[in-house]
Amino acid sequence: MQFISLENVVFSYSDSENDLIAKNAIDGVSLDIKKGEFVALLGHNGCGKSTVAKHLNAMLLPDSGKVYVDGDDTADEDKTFEIRKKVGLVLQNPDNQLVASIVEDDVAFGPENLGIEPDEIRRRVDFALKAVGMYDYRESAPFKLSGGQKQRVAIAGILAMQPQCIVLDEPTAMLDPNGRDEVLSTLLKLNREDGITVVLITHYMEEAVLSDRVVVMDEGKILTQGTPDEVFSQVELLKKHRLDVPQSAELAHRLKGCGVKIDKIPLTVQDCVDMLEGVLK
Amino acid sequence: MVRDVAFGQYFPGKSIIHRLDSRAKILLLIGYIVIIFCAFNYFSLSLVALLSAVMIALSKISPKFYFKSLKVIIFVVIFTSLLNLFYGTGEIIAQWWIFKVTVGGINRAVFVTVRIICLILASSCLTFTTAPTELTDAIERLMKPLNKLHFPVHEIAMMMSLALRFVPTLLEETDKITSAQKARGADMESGNILKRVKALIPILIPLFVSSFRRAYEIATAMECRCYHGGNGRTRMKIIHMTKRDVMAFAVLAFVILGVILCNIFIPTVI
Repeated sequence: MQFISLENVVFSYSDSENDLIAKNAIDGVSLDIKKGEFVALLGHNGCGKSTVAKHLNAMLLPDSGKVYVDGDDTADEDKTFEIRKKVGLVLQNPDNQLVASIVEDDVAFGPENLGIEPDEIRRRVDFALKAVGMYDYRESAPFKLSGGQKQRVAIAGILAMQPQCIVLDEPTAMLDPNGRDEVLSTLLKLNREDGITVVLITHYMEEAVLSDRVVVMDEGKILTQGTPDEVFSQVELLKKHRLDVPQSAELAHRLKGCGVKIDKIPLTVQDCVDMLEGVLK
Repeated sequence: MVRDVAFGQYFPGKSIIHRLDSRAKILLLIGYIVIIFCAFNYFSLSLVALLSAVMIALSKISPKFYFKSLKVIIFVVIFTSLLNLFYGTGEIIAQWWIFKVTVGGINRAVFVTVRIICLILASSCLTFTTAPTELTDAIERLMKPLNKLHFPVHEIAMMMSLALRFVPTLLEETDKITSAQKARGADMESGNILKRVKALIPILIPLFVSSFRRAYEIATAMECRCYHGGNGRTRMKIIHMTKRDVMAFAVLAFVILGVILCNIFIPTVI
């Protein structure tokens, strides 16, 4: 079943005055996201991926085209909160998403806005904090946490609203490698164990490799999509659009160019080691 | 530098004062401030000062921090007490040029000093023992009746709690900008006051610009979490008045009574 579907969405940030020079931030994007999927949206800065993210929970409305979330049109104002409840958006800078001075109060912020009973909020907050592994820090002040911890609290804040889908707009861009691992393993767990649909927007190829489906965007359009295997095999296409491929895929691609016989492009270091072993035997 | 200021800080703890209802604490503080200024002789004044001392002892926070919070206003205290010293009337004790020290002046100076100190100690006691979020929460709840007059109580409380939340973040940012400007050769430590104030401009402007950007992002994040003002909003933490709070009010009432009795039966000094 399609959970979110974008139909030929066009959006431009310009106001009517300088229409002539304005370029569409996204230009005819059609995309379907199924329930329970882990989708990675890849692309350069300014390729329109953040704009797509903001369309998924009605923060932005398309200039033309339609966005449906669980059957509801995002342009329908009566459904705005319903949609934001179903699709939570986590932003890049963890500092600017935490609104309260105590971790658990911050996680409670979303459910409080939804007008949920205090006991139920408490239950959800505890659940969300445990799910991201931050329960022990529930009484800390956000500014005392590391970047990765803050981002996990931000994810908990969205989780406490019990969304069916979490959209993350470059959640790891401001984090160190440790923080990045923390956030990614949290996301994988939520997707695999709790069945939450995850849309991860990123420009790290290593993160995209973990997903079920990779969607590559360039200049407001979808360039290609498919499983990580399918997408990263198209090394030529990605290179042409100045996009990186995982190092192991790059290595395999070059070896292939030198005449080494490789059946499957490896995406992780381990796969790459296995592949090389196979080749050298 | 800015971090050293003790006034307005919160020290987590489990003392009786910590556990009082934050609404009760605010009301108690207001009551206390009123009686500070209703003490008209040394007996009532010492009663009031005694209550301050009891509060400090009960809060189980090192007096060191209370002294620190007093340090900030030491000049205000000295200035006002000196002013009062020379403005008194009555029997002249010493005179030099146009300055004359009178008994009335000395009394006024002592009263003003004790009153300001008590005021600061009591308010420090409130902020030391109450988490900022609890404070804004309490203010929101106490001001709720004003909603009927279309006064935006929730919005103001929200702004206050956001401001408090971002104090450490902005301090950090200030430090970063200062370092960045120093790395570019900015000189902040030398020159006269005017020069140093001017040197602050390259710090304040980036700080303002980034604050606006930040505010915009925070607003987005809040909208993503279905924030739509105070209507239909519930709270996770509900605060209840307990026996402890009733007792605290009783103590204050007792002191108020004491002050009133002292004022009636003992002659007024100022």
